[in-house]
Amino acid sequence: MVAVVAAGGVLAACGNRRSPYMFDARGSEAHRVAGLWWLMFALAAGVYAVVGGFILVAALRGRGTPEGRASRITENAFIWLGGLLVPTAILMVLAVVTVQTTSHLRRPERDPLRIEVVGKRWWWQVRYPAQRFTTANEVHVPVGRPVEIGIDSDNVIHSFWVPQLGGKVDTIPGQHNVWRFRATRAGTYLGECAEYCGVQHANMRFLVVAEPAAAFDRWVARHLTPHSAPTSDLTEKGQLVFLRETCAGCHTVAGTTAQGDEGPDLTDFGSRLAIGADTVPNDPGNLAGWIADPQSIKPGILMPPTALAPGELHALVAYLESLR
Amino acid sequence: MALTDDVRTGITEHDLHEIWKDAPGIPGFFSTVDHKRIGLRYIYTSFAFFFVAGLTALVMRAQLTAPNSHVVSPSTYNSLFTMHGTTMIFLFNTPVLAGFANYLLPLQLGARDMAFPRLNAFSYWIFLLSGVFIYASYLIGKPPDGGWFGYTPLTGGTYSGGVNLDFWGLGIVFVGISTTVGAVNFIVTIFKLRAPGMTVNRMPMFVWSILSMAFMVIFAVPAVTVATGLLELDRLFGTKFFVPHLGGSVLLYQHLFWFWGHPEVYILFVPATGMISMIIPTFSRRPLAGYVWVAASLIAIAFISFGVWVHHMFATGMPVQAMAFFSAVSLIITVPSGVQFFAWIATMWRGVIRFSTAMLFAIGFLLIFLLGGITGVMVAVLPFDWQVTDSYFVVAHFHYVLNGAVVFPIFGAIYYWMPKMTGRRLSERLGKLSFWTMFVGFNVAFFPMHILGFLGMPRRIYTYQAGLGWDTLNVIVTAGSSSPPARASPSGTGPGASGGARRRATTRGAPTRSSGRPPRHRPTTTSPPHRSSPAGIRCGTSARSPTPSRATTRPPAASGPKGRSCTRSPSQPASTPSPTARNASLTRPTCRWCSPSASPSCSSGCS
Ligand code: HEC
Ligand code: HEM
Ligand SMILES: [Cu+2]
Ligand SMILES: [Cu+2]
Repeated sequence: MVAVVAAGGVLAACGNRRSPYMFDARGSEAHRVAGLWWLMFALAAGVYAVVGGFILVAALRGRGTPEGRASRITENAFIWLGGLLVPTAILMVLAVVTVQTTSHLRRPERDPLRIEVVGKRWWWQVRYPAQRFTTANEVHVPVGRPVEIGIDSDNVIHSFWVPQLGGKVDTIPGQHNVWRFRATRAGTYLGECAEYCGVQHANMRFLVVAEPAAAFDRWVARHLTPHSAPTSDLTEKGQLVFLRETCAGCHTVAGTTAQGDEGPDLTDFGSRLAIGADTVPNDPGNLAGWIADPQSIKPGILMPPTALAPGELHALVAYLESLR
Repeated sequence: MALTDDVRTGITEHDLHEIWKDAPGIPGFFSTVDHKRIGLRYIYTSFAFFFVAGLTALVMRAQLTAPNSHVVSPSTYNSLFTMHGTTMIFLFNTPVLAGFANYLLPLQLGARDMAFPRLNAFSYWIFLLSGVFIYASYLIGKPPDGGWFGYTPLTGGTYSGGVNLDFWGLGIVFVGISTTVGAVNFIVTIFKLRAPGMTVNRMPMFVWSILSMAFMVIFAVPAVTVATGLLELDRLFGTKFFVPHLGGSVLLYQHLFWFWGHPEVYILFVPATGMISMIIPTFSRRPLAGYVWVAASLIAIAFISFGVWVHHMFATGMPVQAMAFFSAVSLIITVPSGVQFFAWIATMWRGVIRFSTAMLFAIGFLLIFLLGGITGVMVAVLPFDWQVTDSYFVVAHFHYVLNGAVVFPIFGAIYYWMPKMTGRRLSERLGKLSFWTMFVGFNVAFFPMHILGFLGMPRRIYTYQAGLGWDTLNVIVTAGSSSPPARASPSGTGPGASGGARRRATTRGAPTRSSGRPPRHRPTTTSPPHRSSPAGIRCGTSARSPTPSRATTRPPAASGPKGRSCTRSPSQPASTPSPTARNASLTRPTCRWCSPSASPSCSSGCS
C-alpha cells in the first residue's frame, strides 16, 4: 500500500519533470555557459543580420543596370574590413571571454563533496567514497556546496551530462576525469549519457537531485544506518526469492549475501525515482514488468528476463520497493 | 611539359587519337582511363550513395518524429546513423568532389588528361568497391553500428564481436587509399600539366581549391587509414593498440581519427568554395574579387586545419591549457573563410546578378554557410562546446556546414557544369523549384535542431521520452527533412536521370582530349586576370548565338569544339536582356570550364 502511494507521488513528480534546458541553469557551470551563450547570441545575431544584409544587397543592387552599379566601397575594403579586421576583433573578444570563463570553471575548491561515478552499460554506478555507500542512476548533491565528481569507465566511453548543471565529461576507460561544480538551486535534474555507447545509449539517463544541506544529510544518514531485515512476511518471502534467483549474482543489497556487481546496487532501490537508468518511473507495476521482461522495456541490455510465479513476483516487488 | 611540336616528335594528331582511344565495348568500359568518363562515374556513383544515405536519414527521422516510437529497433537505428554518416562523408561528399575535380582539372589546366590516368581509374574502382564492400554487410544482415567515427573500445572486439564492423573498418581503409591516390594525382596534374603560359597565379580558383584539398588529403587521410587499420589489427589479429586495460590507449584512436577528421571537413568544404568562386563571378559578370586573397585563404586553411582536431575531443578531459590552444586555433581558422566570404560579396557588389539556378544555389550557400560558420565559431569556444558537443546543436551545425555549405555548391555546380558534361540542358524552371524546396526544407529540417540541442537532446539516440519539450520540434524537423525534393537529384534531369547523356558525354564534352594536343595558353600581357575589366576577360558567349528553338534541342555544349569560341573579345556585349536572356543556357558564357575570374585558362581550354 505504502509502496503504491509512494509510487503515485513519484509518478506525479516525474510528470512534472522539466525539460533539461541548458540555459535554464541550475549549476555554477551552466550559469557561466548560459551567460557566454547570450553574449555570443547577441554577436551572432548582429553578424548574421549585417552580413546577410550585405549578401542580399549585393545580390540586388545591380538589378536593372546594364553594367552594375558603382560603389564607394572598394573590393579591398570589403576583404580587409569584412574578411579580416572585424572578424579578428570579434574573435579576440571571444577568445578573451573564453579564457576568462574557462578559468572559473572546474577549479578545485576547498572541502568538496566527493562522488565517484562509473559509466556502465547502460546505467551509472554512483559511489560516495567518504560516506562509503553505493547507489545507482541517482546522484544526490547538497545545494551550494562544491561537488567533485570523479568520472570513470571500465567498459566503453560514455559521457556524463546534466544540461542544467554544466557541460559534459567523458568516461574514458583507463583515464580518471573529474568534474567540479556547484548546484545553485534545489531540484531534480535530468542527466544523460552523451557519448554513443552501444545499443541502449538512448536510455542511459540518470537524475541529479540537488537538495538543501539538511535534506541531503538525511539522505546520507539513511544510507549509513545498518540495513534492517525485511519487516513483513511478504518482503521476507521476496528476499528469499531475490537471493534464490539469479538476481543476487548481478546485484548487491547491502546486509545480504547478494554482492553481484554486474547490475546496479539495489540497496536503496525503493527510494529511487526511476527504473533502468530513468527508463520508466519506479512503481510496482513497472518493476514487475521490468523483472519479468527487462528486454521489452530496454531491448539489448545485460539483464535477462526471469520467469516467476505471480505470488513470488509480487513478493519480490514488495521486497525491492521496501529497500531504502 | 607535353609535346608542342609534331615536327620534333613525329607524332601526328591522328596518332594521339589512336593512343588515347578507349577500347570498344565492354572491355573499354572497364579499362577506360579517360578523366571525363571517370569523373562522371565518380559523380554518378557518389550520387547513388547519396540517395541511399538520404533514405536512411528519412527512416531515422520517421523513428524520431514522436517519442517512444517503434518504427525501427534500437540496433537498426544505430546502424542507420552509422551508415548515413559513413556514406555521406566517405562515399558521397569526398568522391563527388573528386569527380568534379577529375572532370574539370585537365580541362581548366589545358591538359590532355590527369597526370596518371591509370592511377585515376584505379582510385575510382577502389572507391566503388569499398563502397559496395561496406554495403555488403547488409547481406549478412548486420550492418556496422559503431557510429561514423567508430570510437574504440566500443568498436573493438570485446564490445562489437560481429564481422559487421570489419566491413566498416576495412572499407574505410580502402576508401582512404583511393582518396589519397586521387589527391596525389591532382597535385601532380596541377604542378606538371598546366598549359604553357598558365602560371599558378592564373589558375582558375577551382584549381586552387583542389590543390589545397589535395594537400590536406595526403597529410590527413593516412591518419584515418592508420586508425582504422590498427583497429582492424586489434579486431582481427588480437593486437592491443586500443585496448585500455592491456596498455592500449583509446584516446590514441581519437587523435588519429580527428587528425584526419577535422581537415576532412575542409577537404569537403574547400572544393565547394572553389565551385562557388567559379559560379559567383560568372553570374555576377565580374571577375572574382581578391583573387590572390582567396587563393591565399585556401592555402591558409590547408595549414590551419591541421591545428584544430582536438576541438572534437573537448569533453575527453584533457588539460585545459592544451584545449585552450586548440580552441584559439579553431577561432582563427574562421578568418580565411571570412576573407573568401567577403571576396564573394565584393564580387557580387558591383555586378549584375543573374539569378540562374546555379547562382541561387550559390546565394543559398552564402546564407546557410554564414550560419554554419557562426555556430562553428561557437563550438570552438571551449566551455560552450562542453555543453553542446554531442547534442543536436552539433548535429545542426555540421549539417549546416556539410549539407548546406557543401551540398548546395555541388548542386550549383551541377547546374553550372552538367550541361557541358552531358550535353543535356537542365530545366531552369525545375531547377529553381528544386532550389527553393531544398532551401526551405533544409532550414525547416535543421534549424530547429539547434534548439533541440539547447533543450538537452543528445545525438545518436533512437528514442526519447515525452514531455521534455522536444516533441513539437522533432515533428517540425521530420516535416522539413521529408520535403521530398530536399534530397532529390536535380529536378529529375540530374545525374540520376541522364544515363543516356553519359554516353554522349565523351564525345560532346570538352574538346581537350579530342584535340589531341594541349593548347597554348595565351596570357594577357597587360594585367593579370583578376584585375582586368570584366568585359575584357569574359569568355564570350557563343559567337553564333543559337536561336532559342535550336538551343532547346542542341545546347551549346553539343555544338562541338569549333562552336565553343572562347574569344576574349572586349567588344562582347554584356548580354543585355534579350529575348533569349530568360533562358539560362543561352546567356551563360559558352565557356563553362572556367569563369571570368580566370579567363586565360578559358582561351586554353576552349579555343
Ligand atoms: C546478468 C546479470 C543480471 C541478473 C541475473 C539480474 N539483473 Fe537486474 N540488472 C542488471 C543490469 C545490467 C541492470 C541495468 C540495466 C540497465 O539499466 O541498462 C539491471 C537492472 C535492474 C534493476 C533496475 C535498477 C535501477 O536502478 O535502474 C532492477 C530493479 C533489477 N535489475 C532487479 C533484478 C532482479 C529482481 C533480478 C532477479 C530476478 C535481476 N535484476 C537479475 C543485471 C542483472
Ligand atoms: C538529406 C538530408 C539529411 C537529413 C534529413 C539528415 C539527417 C540526419 C540525422 C537524422 C542524423 C542522425 C542524428 C543522430 O541520431 O545523431 C544524421 C547524422 C549525420 N549526418 Fe545527416 N542528414 C542529411 C544529410 C547529410 C549530409 C549531406 C551529410 C554530409 C555530407 C550528413 C552527414 C551526417 C553525419 C556525419 C552524421 C553523423 C552520423 C553519426 O552520428 O555517426 N547528413 N543526419
Ligand atoms: Cu551512451
Ligand atoms: Cu573539427
